[in-house]
Amino acid sequence: MENERKLTIARSMAEATAQEMRRDENVFVMGEDIGQLGGVYGNTRGLIEEFGSKRIRDTPISETAFIGAAVGAAQDGMRPVVELMFVDFFGVCFDAIYNLMAKNIYFSGGKFKVPMVLMTSGGGGYSDGGQHSQVLYGTFAHLPGMKVVCPSNAYDAKGLMATAIRDDNPVVYMYHKSLQGMGWLGTEQGATVHTPEEEYTIPFGEAKIVKEGSDVTIVGVGLGVHNGLKAAKLLEEKGVNAEVVDLRTLVPLDRDTVFNSVKKTGHLIVVDEDYQSYGLTGEIIATIAERDITALKASPQRVAYPDIPIPFSRPMERFALPNPEKIVNAYAKMKEQ
Amino acid sequence: MLPTSEKKKWMYENMLVSRFFEEAMETIYMEGKTPVFNMAEGPIPGEMHLSNGQEPCAVGVCAHLKPSDVVTATHRPHHQAIAKGVDLKLMAAEIFGKKTGLSGGRGGHMHIFDADVNFACSGIIAQGLGPAVGAALSKQMKGDDSVAVAFLGEGAVNQGAFHESLNLAAVWKLPVIFVIEDNSWGISVSKADSTAVKHNAVRAQAYNMPGRFIADNDPIALYDVAGIAIEDARAGKGPTLIEVETTRLAGHFMGDAEGYRPDGELDRLKSKDPIVRMKNLLIDEGVITDDENLQITQKAQKLVDEAIEFARESDYPEPAEALDKVFV
Repeated sequence: MENERKLTIARSMAEATAQEMRRDENVFVMGEDIGQLGGVYGNTRGLIEEFGSKRIRDTPISETAFIGAAVGAAQDGMRPVVELMFVDFFGVCFDAIYNLMAKNIYFSGGKFKVPMVLMTSGGGGYSDGGQHSQVLYGTFAHLPGMKVVCPSNAYDAKGLMATAIRDDNPVVYMYHKSLQGMGWLGTEQGATVHTPEEEYTIPFGEAKIVKEGSDVTIVGVGLGVHNGLKAAKLLEEKGVNAEVVDLRTLVPLDRDTVFNSVKKTGHLIVVDEDYQSYGLTGEIIATIAERDITALKASPQRVAYPDIPIPFSRPMERFALPNPEKIVNAYAKMKEQ
Repeated sequence: MLPTSEKKKWMYENMLVSRFFEEAMETIYMEGKTPVFNMAEGPIPGEMHLSNGQEPCAVGVCAHLKPSDVVTATHRPHHQAIAKGVDLKLMAAEIFGKKTGLSGGRGGHMHIFDADVNFACSGIIAQGLGPAVGAALSKQMKGDDSVAVAFLGEGAVNQGAFHESLNLAAVWKLPVIFVIEDNSWGISVSKADSTAVKHNAVRAQAYNMPGRFIADNDPIALYDVAGIAIEDARAGKGPTLIEVETTRLAGHFMGDAEGYRPDGELDRLKSKDPIVRMKNLLIDEGVITDDENLQITQKAQKLVDEAIEFARESDYPEPAEALDKVFV
């Protein structure tokens, strides 16, 4: 591609944040190790050099206080971008997230705005154990009052970040560690894509068909999209033409695009790295079943994390994680019925 | 920093409005709840936490505040809201769950939000501390001399949010004042049984900020100390922790049988009712006459009556309005 400008998700997040900080002096960033270190996952790298330590604020390890503080600052007209280093850590501060950040707009009858972004990393596959490997998408998407964003590539990551910062509502921006492009973490190459330097936004609630197909719809977010694309390649070798849908945001959820795709293909596989029960996979299948169950020509399948804490040992973790082969097997199972 | 006669009068008037409001709540709350007490019944359903006896804590601090100053309050918020200048009619309507309420009935008594005077409260212990720190950060970043005040009960000092928030406020030298209303009871558990220190003001030392203790529910002494703390905060000198020894003259919530109170405690506390003491002080000092007291009393009662009437006469929201305002 001519004039191609490939960025990692980490760099595209930092670029979007910097651009928003230039256009709006009320935008600032705070969190653990986001200053000199530039974020454990690189998504604030370079910001402190340009904006200084007043607008790029390292915090103590006090998530309840600084997430609560972000809510207070947002209500007072600022636009904080806050980092919760690992989504697994929400257990120490969830009150500030679901009872405070997500509810104050409603409690105030819409008179208080809460324009803040809570960035957090998720995802396993590198033997970091059961408290540093979860994605927990469903937990956040289940509770009302916060938007939930899950980019699968650098182009989307940048546009979704700009939209998140400009939104007057709280946005949880959930990035996947395996897509960040950090040297010390294995990175999915498909996430590092052409990303224009100029500012742009991507609207929430618009899923993207990343590969068109006619035989089966594979739905996912984040790393799941890449697993879906790899599965589609494997299926193609078997003469099956799969369509892959990247939801991009879980709240709001683009149910129409998913439904229209399933109506076309008649077959549905939902991929999720979150625990299987009570989560994204069930929600997507319910969406189709409620709207028109006859759109489905076979029972839908899900490829999700088993309902177990994440194991450390490499063979055990790999056994549990979704992968392209599992998606291919799910298709075969669907056709056997 | 002693209050002028005008300030003293304002404090007394505000305490009266607050007390009359709570007395109205006490009566109306029981409508539809006798002979069988059912929290879901009556014009004011749900929990109800009254602030009778704690009025000095609110007025001693809020007498120094302007509308742009931010207050985060507790599950027992009426006296704090009234002292901060929250519209009484709209607040009453919110507590009745009416369409005309501050939030159109979405919040209720534990979720009073008034953007016009920067007031918010919360039903979770110590939840308001983080937002107060953040509001103070916002003021500091904007170069504004406004401050934030977080009110909390003495039970909240044993929450992690308290310690995290005080530390963060001190590290960043933020214009925030933490005001502990020590009524000595966390629902039914006494302060002595829950807290390792006698006075929480000493905890300020752990966070390198001034800690002040106000004995005996004294609004004048609190006015003095809060005034210095707020002046320091506006001048960029950082946060202060204040603990006020106060009295909870009602139960934790309406319907609380208060079997945990030692015999005679309530009578002893009621004999020190801060409203009566404030009235006597103002008359003794010649700030008001008996006649003026009567006028002030009638005016306060009228304000409350009008607010209650407004709330009663307002319509309920359409049920499906419940689906609105999740996002702006």
